Amino acid sequence: MDNFEGSDFYILDDLLTEEQRLIRDTVRDFVDDQIMPVIEDSFMNDRFPDQVVPTLGELGLLGANLEGYDCAGLDSTAYGLIMQELERGDSGLRSFVSVQGGLVMYPIHRYGSEEQKKKYLPELAAGRSIGCFGLTEPDHGSNPEGMITSAVDDGDSYILNGNKMWITNGCVADVALVWAKLDGRIRGFLVDKGTSGYSTTKQGKKFSLRASTTSELHFQDCRIPKDNILSGADGLGGPLSCLTQARFGIAWGAIGSAMACFETARKYATSRIQFDKPIGSFQLVQKKLADMLTEITKGQLLNLRLSQLKDSGKMSAQHVSLAKRNNVYWALEIARSARDLLGANGITHEYPVGRHMLNLESVITYEGTHDIHTLILGHEITGIPAYK
Amino acid sequence: MKIAVCMKRVPDTATRLTFAADGKSVDTSEVQWVISPYDEYAIEEGLRIRERAGEGTVTAITVGPEGASKELRQALGMGVDDGILAVCDEPLDPIQTARSLVAILADRADDIVLFGKQAVDSQGAQVGALVARLLGRPFVNDIAAIEVSEQQVRIERDIEGGRETIEGPLPIIVGAEKSLNEPRYPKLKDIMQAKKKPIEKVTPQTGEPSFETVAVTTPAPRPEGRIVGEGPEAVDELIRLLREEAKVI
Repeated sequence: MDNFEGSDFYILDDLLTEEQRLIRDTVRDFVDDQIMPVIEDSFMNDRFPDQVVPTLGELGLLGANLEGYDCAGLDSTAYGLIMQELERGDSGLRSFVSVQGGLVMYPIHRYGSEEQKKKYLPELAAGRSIGCFGLTEPDHGSNPEGMITSAVDDGDSYILNGNKMWITNGCVADVALVWAKLDGRIRGFLVDKGTSGYSTTKQGKKFSLRASTTSELHFQDCRIPKDNILSGADGLGGPLSCLTQARFGIAWGAIGSAMACFETARKYATSRIQFDKPIGSFQLVQKKLADMLTEITKGQLLNLRLSQLKDSGKMSAQHVSLAKRNNVYWALEIARSARDLLGANGITHEYPVGRHMLNLESVITYEGTHDIHTLILGHEITGIPAYK
Repeated sequence: MKIAVCMKRVPDTATRLTFAADGKSVDTSEVQWVISPYDEYAIEEGLRIRERAGEGTVTAITVGPEGASKELRQALGMGVDDGILAVCDEPLDPIQTARSLVAILADRADDIVLFGKQAVDSQGAQVGALVARLLGRPFVNDIAAIEVSEQQVRIERDIEGGRETIEGPLPIIVGAEKSLNEPRYPKLKDIMQAKKKPIEKVTPQTGEPSFETVAVTTPAPRPEGRIVGEGPEAVDELIRLLREEAKVI
């Protein structure tokens, strides 16, 4: 298989530091060597390629933008480039790393006690421990504030009851960060695997993110020590701040998927002969390719600026919504267009575009659906929330 | 244990190369550069020798433009202790590269100097041997395994139909074959810390070139293929053509 070269029409490499390029190239090589040879089978067999988790940890890809506790402490652009390269391999792989870093390690790092940080972060950073993030419920997706999972204060412990759904890494997680209402306020709780009253069910029969484990979490009179609450997070702002981190990674990741689809389509268009010439010589095909490259380049520029805003402390959740909404939307359009351009070959696993297209149906839905991000921007523009 | 690894940056094998307008060189304006793969085996082995010895230093040395510091940083990210860049923007012929390296290596008193067995762009397989000749040290190319103990070295090489084991004293210069090891990925934290590791820049002592590249050209287009038939019936005819016309069997 050819090694991935990336798409960089506006020579954005010149805007990256030597370290950022080295980090990007290292992850790109890792994906070429260890993900591409196995990802089709993982996807078809509905299995997360868990054999790569120790390497993810060893390289420092887990919680890579966090400081201390054995984390790599990278800047936001380097972190984004990691997400881009991982998702160029598969959205399920990027999802694993996003959840581990953005949704589990980040909140422990930001809201946890020193004891919790010391106990969990080095293990999670090394990939010796896997985390999941339980916010969404069967009946509360876009409206997490309505959640019914509850925590009750009972002496020296809390008792959790409720169900979570669509939880990435759920069944394989050693620790679940679960959001539940305590006296009507949303709070975060760390639940270790094996705690009595905590169980998981794998959600099967998916046509998307098949190389990622999706689960339900069940809590039935699950008793956890009082020390397991994230004391620094109180209210919906806690989980939403985590989602901002993960959505930032998705904005970068989606462009990775789009690049994989575009580069596949570009090669196919110049080598596939119909009517005695490459199909890339036809105007309709050229228009598809021109649209793809234009949107990828715009998405890359959005990501770079978003990283600058993040590192300078000026990034808002709304900035992230714009990039997540735009980049995932166009990644999915590019994947569909590339699928179309590849004709019948586009529906096989001979090429990665069908897999990316199916994965992106999840990516455009999770971490705030496309429409919810539209409303967040509408709220930002008009000052009037449409979802309340 | 003092170890030096000589490395070269080469165009990424995925890069589509085009020739420059002068017809004598490759257009490198949009090339993505990587460490020549055989040199990565050399770097990895240098690190392993240091790790097994439990002491020592590994220095990565390259001759190339300022931009080659990126590849040196990658080596530093893998665990190399320091780097030396002989800054040169002009393309060099092998003897010039060898002289530049010798000027650096002559006074270092390395126990082992590692090269890749050849660079994957020019495929010359000359520089390691030239450096060894100029320094008057023994050279073993295509090494598949190496073991260092005190002042002695034991080397294995894959040869036609078997494996050869040789022994000799240090210091030595070797060229790495790909069966030597599996190079590690640089860890992200180490890439960041590599910023703090020193890269010394020196002026190369190239001397005059022996040869001048006068032209580079694309290969002639392949002749069109021919379909001799379909199914099992075509096999006899195909074999006849391969034997009598193409003369390859």
